[in-house]
Amino acid sequence: MSTLITEANFGAPGEHYLRSFTPGDDFYEALLDAHRDLSDAQSELLNARLILLLANHIGDLGVLREALHIAREEV
Amino acid sequence: MLSTYVYPHFDYLTPAELHGGARRRHPVIVVGAGPVGLATAIDLAQQGMPVLLLDDDASVSVGSRGVCYAKRTLEVLDRLGVGDRCFAKGVSWNVGRTFFREHEVYNFQLLSQPDHKRPGMINLQQYYLEEFLVRRAQELPGIDLRWQNRVVGVQQEGQDGEGGVTLQVETPDGVYALACDWLIVADGARSSIRRMLKLEVEGKVFMDRFLIADVVMKADFPAERWFWFDPPFHPGQSVLLHRQADNVWRIDFQLGWQADPDEEQKPEKVMPRIKAMLGEDREFELEWVSVYTFQCRRMSSFRQQRVLFVGDAAHQVSPFGARGANSGIQDADNLVWKLKLVIDGQAPDSLLDSYGEEREFAADENLLNSTRSSDFISPKSKTSLSFRNAVLTLARKYPFARALVNSGRLSVPAFLCGSSLNTHDGEAFNGQMWPGAAMDDAPIREQGRDGWLLDAVGEHFMLLCSVDDPAAVNASTMAVFSALAAAPVPVEAVLLASGGGAAGAGLRVFEDCRGRYAERYDARPGTVYLLRPDQHIAARWRRLDAAAVAAALTRAIGKH
Repeated sequence: MSTLITEANFGAPGEHYLRSFTPGDDFYEALLDAHRDLSDAQSELLNARLILLLANHIGDLGVLREALHIAREEV
Repeated sequence: MLSTYVYPHFDYLTPAELHGGARRRHPVIVVGAGPVGLATAIDLAQQGMPVLLLDDDASVSVGSRGVCYAKRTLEVLDRLGVGDRCFAKGVSWNVGRTFFREHEVYNFQLLSQPDHKRPGMINLQQYYLEEFLVRRAQELPGIDLRWQNRVVGVQQEGQDGEGGVTLQVETPDGVYALACDWLIVADGARSSIRRMLKLEVEGKVFMDRFLIADVVMKADFPAERWFWFDPPFHPGQSVLLHRQADNVWRIDFQLGWQADPDEEQKPEKVMPRIKAMLGEDREFELEWVSVYTFQCRRMSSFRQQRVLFVGDAAHQVSPFGARGANSGIQDADNLVWKLKLVIDGQAPDSLLDSYGEEREFAADENLLNSTRSSDFISPKSKTSLSFRNAVLTLARKYPFARALVNSGRLSVPAFLCGSSLNTHDGEAFNGQMWPGAAMDDAPIREQGRDGWLLDAVGEHFMLLCSVDDPAAVNASTMAVFSALAAAPVPVEAVLLASGGGAAGAGLRVFEDCRGRYAERYDARPGTVYLLRPDQHIAARWRRLDAAAVAAALTRAIGKH
């Protein structure tokens, strides 16, 4: 059974990164770009859709429950 | 007025041209005696090139400007003869801490390993750097430094600029004309020469305002970079604290775009902000206050025929990451050896296109990283603020989120791996010393004296050859070294050996006394590195091959 990965894990297969922060920064920029020019309501909908897509990709309910638990910890 | 620093006044002298002196054409004129223009002029003069340096002022820059000078900059400053003075006056640091509300969420170490001559960063007020560079420039016979000489006209002459550049220069005694083969423009972010030549600089103003308060105080905070997101003493915004020389502390408060810059600079507005941060009991004096905005933009091409743009005149970034002055110094480092070879007729004019190619690439990396930092520090929507705060709440416990915390990706040299001057690896190497990389430092010993690799290389092409026993270098290898030394663009061969030892025929030997060279360069006996005059790797091999070295050198001087 797999567990939730909380170590840095961004990257692309076969891609070599000169600085360790680069793949994470690449993702973060893509995330903000996806929201560009959207209203708050539209952004909320985008986020919800994104979570559902990623959750289905992960699939493993144990991993998803762990992520849900951590996400709620400091809210 | 500052209490800790007295501005030097540099004397204006009537230019010879204005009292009947002969007009001659100058090989190189540099405009702007800020850190980048001074570095350029010093580098040229050190390489034996006479240089005329013009500045419209008569002192160093006023007030608080650049603060953080990175390891690579210090290495270049070492080569220019001012590294020790900057290091001694500056505050060295390697650790940065990031706080969110009341808690530290993340810290970083700029140098992960010991055995480098210079620290990851020093903090030093820009006027000190400029003063040290001016003193150095005054020591060098090749530099004619003219204060209160303002360029008011500029024109490229002839077809494709082949006729050089003519300038109109205004002085207290009137206007006079100058002519040069090459013009280096280092007149800053609001470059008047760029404007006079009608050249565009593309990018955007960042919609946020920041308050700089430099305060003098005695405090025993460690010499570290401290960055707060949403701290209790300045809610909803960020704050940055840096220690500088003379017990001056730089505090940088994010204000938001709506803030009124005139209002925010008033002491009655500034003092409560600082007291909220430092506590009511802390004694301090205000040294400097200003409110700034910034732009992220660059010229599309740093080379315009015979006019070459360096530093802020060519590119501007946000201050987060200290990528402004640091990248400008690297522009100078990249440009000067190329210009010298072209002027001396030893390299084609196209070598100067590689200045643009390499430094535009570096500028894009600096713009990308500093823009990303700005977007993280200054979220522009409710959603980006939510993501930012989510990252910060996760960062304390979960390593992946720490890597996403972006309070500035601090200046490091770009890996120029795509440069047309590089020769690609034919064999496998570990580590990061790819062709195009700025060299890593390492402790070495030469003739029994401890020193540093980066103090021992540069200003000309060199070949570092790792050997087992320096005394055992055979005659055919010696013949290759002699031929390289006698070539039109000479290459100095040096041996590297883990145990040191002596070599024949006056060959220098660097002892890799702590094994760091072997480790950082993945070097073993037989390994050969070809180094550029700016301490970048041009090519490397697992064994010496005279024809391969010759081909790589040809490529590295733009002949291909």
